[in-house]
Amino acid sequence: MDLILVNLIDGLVTGLLLFMLSAGLTLIFSMMGVLNFAHASFYMLGAYFAYQISLALGFWMGLLIAPLIVGVIGAGVERYGLRRVHQYGHVPELIFTFGLALLIEELVQFIWGKNQMAYNVPEVLDFTAFAISGNSIPAFKVFMIFVSVAIFIGLLFVLTKTRVGMIIQAALSYPRTVEALGHNVPLIFMGVFGVGTALAGVAGVIAGPVLGTFPGMAFVLGSIVFVTIVIGGLGSLWGALVASLLIGWITTFAKSYNIEMESILNAIGISTPENLSDNPLRDFWALTSPQIADILPYILMVLILIFRPQGLFGKRDS
Amino acid sequence: MSDPTTDVKGARPDEQITTDPTDPSQRMRMQTPMMTVAPWVIAILILMFLPLVFTNNSALTIMNQMSITIIFALAYNMLLGQGGMLSFGHAVYAGVGGFACMHIMNMSDFFASFPLVILPLFGGLFGMGLALIVGSFSTRSAGTVFAMISLGVGELIAASSVIVVAFFGGEEGVSGDRTYAQPFFGVEFLQQIEVYYLTAAWVIVSALLMFLWSRTPVGRMANAVRDNPERAEFLGYSARWVRFYSFVASGFFAGIAGGLFAINYEILTEENLNTTSSGVILLVTFLGGVGFFFGPIIGAVVFTLVQTVLSLQTELWAFYAGSLFLATVMFFPGGLAGLIMMHVPVFKLGKAGHLVMPYLKTLIPAAIGILGLAALVEMTFHFRHAATGDNEMTLFWTTFDTHSLLPWLIAGAVTIIGLGIARATAPDLKEAWNEANMAGGGA
Repeated sequence: MDLILVNLIDGLVTGLLLFMLSAGLTLIFSMMGVLNFAHASFYMLGAYFAYQISLALGFWMGLLIAPLIVGVIGAGVERYGLRRVHQYGHVPELIFTFGLALLIEELVQFIWGKNQMAYNVPEVLDFTAFAISGNSIPAFKVFMIFVSVAIFIGLLFVLTKTRVGMIIQAALSYPRTVEALGHNVPLIFMGVFGVGTALAGVAGVIAGPVLGTFPGMAFVLGSIVFVTIVIGGLGSLWGALVASLLIGWITTFAKSYNIEMESILNAIGISTPENLSDNPLRDFWALTSPQIADILPYILMVLILIFRPQGLFGKRDS
Repeated sequence: MSDPTTDVKGARPDEQITTDPTDPSQRMRMQTPMMTVAPWVIAILILMFLPLVFTNNSALTIMNQMSITIIFALAYNMLLGQGGMLSFGHAVYAGVGGFACMHIMNMSDFFASFPLVILPLFGGLFGMGLALIVGSFSTRSAGTVFAMISLGVGELIAASSVIVVAFFGGEEGVSGDRTYAQPFFGVEFLQQIEVYYLTAAWVIVSALLMFLWSRTPVGRMANAVRDNPERAEFLGYSARWVRFYSFVASGFFAGIAGGLFAINYEILTEENLNTTSSGVILLVTFLGGVGFFFGPIIGAVVFTLVQTVLSLQTELWAFYAGSLFLATVMFFPGGLAGLIMMHVPVFKLGKAGHLVMPYLKTLIPAAIGILGLAALVEMTFHFRHAATGDNEMTLFWTTFDTHSLLPWLIAGAVTIIGLGIARATAPDLKEAWNEANMAGGGA
């Protein structure tokens, strides 16, 4: 029971972290109709900038400044890159963001090298918040949960309760009408892109100390973020939240409970074949849940795309 | 028709590749039989005589790699360019074909019963088999959904390569020996040059088949479905089945590329399956140009050269390749082939001569400026990452101290002056270009 609680918390941290990335990505998608492959690269940039700033000014200034820089860079990418490629159609846009992701990874290696940075949890938060039957929960994890929940509530508030949010929502669904009403729609799009990438930057700042700040960090999380918003339904904020938590919990539980394929198959009435070591399906029989924890999201996504292509909460049928 | 998914600039999400800068009618123009056959004869002659010019083994290795990349890129372009389907996991089909060939190589009794020459065919069949399975659900829609499924399936199979050890060999991969096959007219494929001719023959055969495929009704319909799936459906064709056929055919040729990879390198690992390989083939194809059949061939040749030559010179080659790729997407969405074909009307008007001088005036300073920029990048890299005390670096055949000011000033000046001149002469070039494309009149 206690272990379940610990896993619930760990899964929540992973899930909320994923949500911070997928929230921005799904907003950008509903706005431009294109998946930003470089989204996780902005997350990486957030971590690296925060590391660099924390060397001089400390962690908290990093948390404040790094996302701003990332947001400005993101807005610049939209203004001078994506907007230009948009005229060629959607596939070149996808390819553009894909190339951008490659380039940012090379750029980070160019500036900071290939090794992991010594970006650590700030001393103020470097203690054990509480312990559940011997499993300690570090304070930084609690901090991560609070930051992500605060961002979610803030985002929901801005989008649904403020005037700016109303205009953004209107611009997402009826850009021409909003433009006709005198709003600068390209500017709104640039702003949303900037905010979305800044959110990814925040995620990078607070995930960097825990998951490590290294050039592959974007790649590790990048495709999972896509999987998340595809499962949740492209363009749906609630879908992104649900899918993030789902993936967070599934992977955490699969990793901590060693369930073997053999016992599952035996339980449903298929007996283990004799001479297992010669059997062509021996790897299938020897599967364990920690082994496949990392590919479970992909399996889930492929299944979702086959049986419910619009995702769990998606309205748009592509 | 009210279309809720229309976005602000009027492009629909399901709208396919529109990168082809030329008028579609141009590609459909009538060609004389001579014009159709000539490029193939020239290609065969080039492939036959290349080893006589470049005789050393490393050149043969590069040429083999080039040939394999050509087949793979052409197969990829059957999806991207001709069918408008963007795949982020196409390395999987080549990889599975290659792994299957590797296992056939290791089945000594079976392998010894037929010549090595037909081994890639088995790779193709396995690639096709996988494409049949995946295509049955992934080709239902094009655009983003197809791209996402291809990414998901690609990641899934790449990740399972470390789990399913029996087939993928786990971390160390699967290796074999090609020489166990039956000799083919006495050739045992012990030497690199013999493998080269085997690969070259397969390049010609597969490229020809893929070209003929693009001229069949199915190939033509793939173009129609790419450009306007709705209209194709109204004509009575199922967009889904057309995409499915393209996908399966593409999987077949990707599998052949994988089989040739198996023969050439005699080892396959997880690297042949992962997203990086899939990304590279996308890069190669797009760089070459997706709008024309020969685009991926140019892309494969250029990319392989850039990769092998540049990676010997600098650690930063991936950075340069990435920049080149982004510049292509942003400024020349037609790729290198598009750039070449832009000049066809000029040649037809007989005005190509007028462009030579403006081109030289702009491109030479631009090239010098870019080299200066590259020098700055290299120097920065050396300054940051070289061991302390190691201040000397060699660049463009000169050795200097990166911690002194002078080299920086020189590189900076070269960059600014080069790019400045290019910028100043660009309007003249544009004018000359417009002039040259104008029929009649002018001097």
